[in-house]
Amino acid sequence: MIESLPSTKQQPKGPEANNEVTAKVKSFELKKNDKYYAWLFLGPSILLLTVFVFFPMLRTLYLSLFLTDTFGNPTVFIGLKNYTTLLKSASYIASLKATGTYVISVSVFTIIFGLLLAALANQKLRGISFFRNIFTATMGVSVSVSAVFWLFMFNPSLGILNKVVVAFGFHPINWLTTPGWAMTAVIATTVWMHLGFTFLLFFGALQAVPKSLYDAASVSGATSRYQFWHITLPMISPTMFFVAVITLISGFKSFGLIDLMTGGGPTNATNLLVYRVYKDAFMNGNYAQASTEAIILTIIIAIITFVQFKLLAKRVNY
Amino acid sequence: MENSMMKQVAKKKILGNTVKYLLLAILAFIVIFPFALGIWTSFLPSMDIAKGTLWGGGQLTLHNYVTAFTQTKILRYLLNSLVIATLVTAAHLFFCSLGAYAFVFLDFKYRDFLFYVVLGTMMLPFEAEVIPNFATVKMLGLLNHYSVMVIPFLTSAFGIFMLRQTFKQIPRDLKEASDVDGLSHWQFYWKVVMPYSKISLCTLAAYSFLGAWNQYLWPMLTTFSDHLRPVQDGLRQLQSEETFNDWGMVQASAAIVVVPTLIVLYIGQHYFKSGLNEGSVK
Repeated sequence: MIESLPSTKQQPKGPEANNEVTAKVKSFELKKNDKYYAWLFLGPSILLLTVFVFFPMLRTLYLSLFLTDTFGNPTVFIGLKNYTTLLKSASYIASLKATGTYVISVSVFTIIFGLLLAALANQKLRGISFFRNIFTATMGVSVSVSAVFWLFMFNPSLGILNKVVVAFGFHPINWLTTPGWAMTAVIATTVWMHLGFTFLLFFGALQAVPKSLYDAASVSGATSRYQFWHITLPMISPTMFFVAVITLISGFKSFGLIDLMTGGGPTNATNLLVYRVYKDAFMNGNYAQASTEAIILTIIIAIITFVQFKLLAKRVNY
Repeated sequence: MENSMMKQVAKKKILGNTVKYLLLAILAFIVIFPFALGIWTSFLPSMDIAKGTLWGGGQLTLHNYVTAFTQTKILRYLLNSLVIATLVTAAHLFFCSLGAYAFVFLDFKYRDFLFYVVLGTMMLPFEAEVIPNFATVKMLGLLNHYSVMVIPFLTSAFGIFMLRQTFKQIPRDLKEASDVDGLSHWQFYWKVVMPYSKISLCTLAAYSFLGAWNQYLWPMLTTFSDHLRPVQDGLRQLQSEETFNDWGMVQASAAIVVVPTLIVLYIGQHYFKSGLNEGSVK
């Protein structure tokens, strides 16, 4: 056995070495070509990203330092004045606060409900796959379909919610035209929309927790509550973090639902940051201010994404 | 003695299961209710809906669906979205895979720098860049044209990033072997890399399709003609157009829109899951 090893290695040495040399020569020749292939393969993507992502970002930054005319052309350079004006404006601060309330509520409730659904669906019960299918269903529901479903429920005269409210002896509520309720309505709809996706993520994470950990804990007499806090939660914390980040980011970008459900109203109660950009630019024609708002929004989202990358990279490296 | 203890354990288990089923049922009800109500309403006569009689009224009818199909452009909207989403998906598969290939298998100057640049674009929200982008497509004469809803989305930084992760797992030996066999980059890409990465490509396809299908803001800004409208903006149109708020018809349209997506979802579920794992675990 030991003797046969070198001999089998020795025999094909001649041709193999030859192969290696030709391979090296060939791959060297190919390496020279790599540059052209790189242009060919990467060119289209880089071009598109430059035209539709980088250039617009720089242009938006540029516009935010100027006053603009009604066509969006820069007129007078004013430095950071747009920023200071905006950050002093009560209505913008209100928008920032509303956006904060919205994204944090959406994130927290999505995590709580998504985890609850996943934990229940992870039980070994008869007919559990039926429930699993139901829980993923909202993934197929787009923004405008969700808006149609929920607008009907929130409808003051026809909606089911007011029927319930009246049945309990309260006055009907104007869900979408009362500031506090409008925000609640938008949050509820968003959480509902996110549920399917979040459920799937948490369910996957729960299934990936090694069963042996639970078995060992059961043997040493740990209660299921203890197991949840000391095994399940730490094991799924990366997924939880991931869900938090993506719901935060999508919350900051949330446009369609606002447009369909409240139009930023009532009295700007749901006038979130993205919606402001759209309104100021395309309805009020104030491109400089809209650009400034867009830059602030970008900075917020970039920070969250950056933190996500950093933490992802950390996890990959260990 | 032991028997009674086992009975107690069994009793406790039955009780626990009942609680679990109850919770499951309540949650399933909350999740499915907005759906179910919408679909149910779509089968009710308009008169009943207007009176607020949701059950116990007249009979169920397909009238709302007939109205939706004949008096609105819902089919046209669906077709528009289908065409746009298919084109965007195909373009993502092609351009993202080529880009990812370059980052994994090609050796060129500034490779890492360019990769970080691409990665960086994932941080920049498209929603915050609509002002210059609107000016750009206007200048290019693309406003109110199909292509305006496709061209800006032909590639995706996320797609390049995701496929790069996949391509990196292809054994280096395969590349060396193909070099020995004299395969060009193009041949290696087409004959080895693409078939090898089928699952990731399907995942990307599912994501890209849904992403394009759900576009809302950009089409709203850049197209004005009803016959170009994709389905999300079409639904908005139906809702705002109807001065009488014909809820039955609107709900029927929503049902017509949601059914194909649900079908795609259940077929593609497996790929979504694997894609999610790529994103969250790796």
